[in-house]
Amino acid sequence: MALNQQARDPSLRFQRREQGLLLALALPALLVILALVLVPVGWLMWQSVYHDGFTIENYRRIFSEDIYWRSFLLTFKISLFVTLLALLLGYPVAYAGASASKGWSILILSLVILPFWTSVLVRAYAWLALLQRTGVVNQLLQYFGLVDEPLAMVHNTLGTVIATVHILLPFMVLPLYATMQKIPNDLIQAGASLGGSPSHTFWRIFLPLSLPGVLAGTTLVFVLCLGFYITPELLGGGRTIMVSMLVSRNVELYDQWGAASAVGVVLLAGVFAIFLVVSRFIPLDRVWGQK
Amino acid sequence: MKTLSLGRIAFVVFCSLVLLFLILPVLIIVPMSFSSARFLTFPPPSLSLRWYQEYVGNAAWMQATRVTLTVAGFTVLIATPLGVAAAYAINGSSLRIMRLVHLTLMLPLVVPIIIIAVGIFFVYARVGLIATMPGLVLANVMLGLPYVITSVVAGLQSFDATQEMVARSLGMNRFRSFLVVTLPQIRASVLTGAIFAFISALDETVVGLFISGGQYQPLTKRMFTSLRDEIDPSIAAISTLMTAASFMLVLLASTRQRKRN
Repeated sequence: MALNQQARDPSLRFQRREQGLLLALALPALLVILALVLVPVGWLMWQSVYHDGFTIENYRRIFSEDIYWRSFLLTFKISLFVTLLALLLGYPVAYAGASASKGWSILILSLVILPFWTSVLVRAYAWLALLQRTGVVNQLLQYFGLVDEPLAMVHNTLGTVIATVHILLPFMVLPLYATMQKIPNDLIQAGASLGGSPSHTFWRIFLPLSLPGVLAGTTLVFVLCLGFYITPELLGGGRTIMVSMLVSRNVELYDQWGAASAVGVVLLAGVFAIFLVVSRFIPLDRVWGQK
Repeated sequence: MKTLSLGRIAFVVFCSLVLLFLILPVLIIVPMSFSSARFLTFPPPSLSLRWYQEYVGNAAWMQATRVTLTVAGFTVLIATPLGVAAAYAINGSSLRIMRLVHLTLMLPLVVPIIIIAVGIFFVYARVGLIATMPGLVLANVMLGLPYVITSVVAGLQSFDATQEMVARSLGMNRFRSFLVVTLPQIRASVLTGAIFAFISALDETVVGLFISGGQYQPLTKRMFTSLRDEIDPSIAAISTLMTAASFMLVLLASTRQRKRN
């Protein structure tokens, strides 16, 4: 009875129609995501456990066969290393951007954002040209007599790490900068006026307040690195097999759909687990919102 | 006031080096593209437009460029209205389910691209969309939607929604009041979103690797194969052009944004 009365209340009815209309407006975009993200991912999940009957063979293989678990381990190690390196390089730059005068701040941010909007392929190409045996870096090193033999900096894990850090560094700097910029200067001044030295106010006031940015940046870089494909494929020289390459090889070379799907599902589960844990500390839109 | 301590100098030097590390690889492709040498050498032995001529004279590169530009154009035409509608809904609705809708629409940024690529490949193979133009456009619309939505939601949040209410209370219908009152005021954010969707479609590589083929291969797929197999120096010229295009578009987007503020 109460429900019926509500339905007859014109303002409520209006509101309901309003909300229905808004949902309908979001529907076309939702359908695209449904067809091209949810259905494909669901299909991969299904394929990973079903092949003429249910099987866990595809998952068992990840743990039992060397190339699989080694690839997962390598991906994890590279991602961890890249994240730490990006934090180490990115924190001072974000700090400089947040504390510099307006003109300098714009310049610093532009230098961070410009590479961000350059194609990953273009940057992989640039790194190939810079780091190869006859590349610019080796020529300079030899010219100044720092090395006798050209160093092997590309077609290996080192080349992958260098290019990956380069590509992911803006994803570290931008959330850090956004957080630091919001730290009120009054707090630092208050700390200083109470007798804190600059390094003291930094460690005790600024750094703790910037931690949400650190968490957002490190999460973003780590997760993106876990799924990196183009850079290891082009700069890894076929020896640095990251998880994404495992997926593509199983599809392209071996036609092993079940195996590829299982690897993909494990990767996806890892990514979502990380987001789930992180979302307990900071809202997720803070991780992704700052482009 | 500021003292030039040793620590401060070290800090400035460190930051400059990191910024150099960021920007140098992007800039170095420019002189390389004007090199006359066959192999990647720096500095170039002498300047020439050889690789630009080779790029423009190569039918396969030209066809790939046409495909990329067509795909990016259609992507913007489709992703922008879909994204604006979704952003309007997300911003205006108080339903709890809208948060879930918003998160779902952001999924293309969260799910590792290789999983999306392989998944779409599998779905497309079933419905006959492999190596087709509509297939490529649709995939890029999906990838571009989050950029449009993020930008337009931000634009709508700083817009006073009561203005649209006033227009409606004066008898305008909802769609017209949106077009006449709201849209002109969030124009900058819509344009920014559209530009980012366009750049995203220009740069998209991984999904294209899996689902494109035949005469409908985007530029990035040809570049990838060339980089993996045997480096064709025309890539330096193409890279320079692509980078210049991205920079100009980003510049356009940011000046538009600033004008609004």
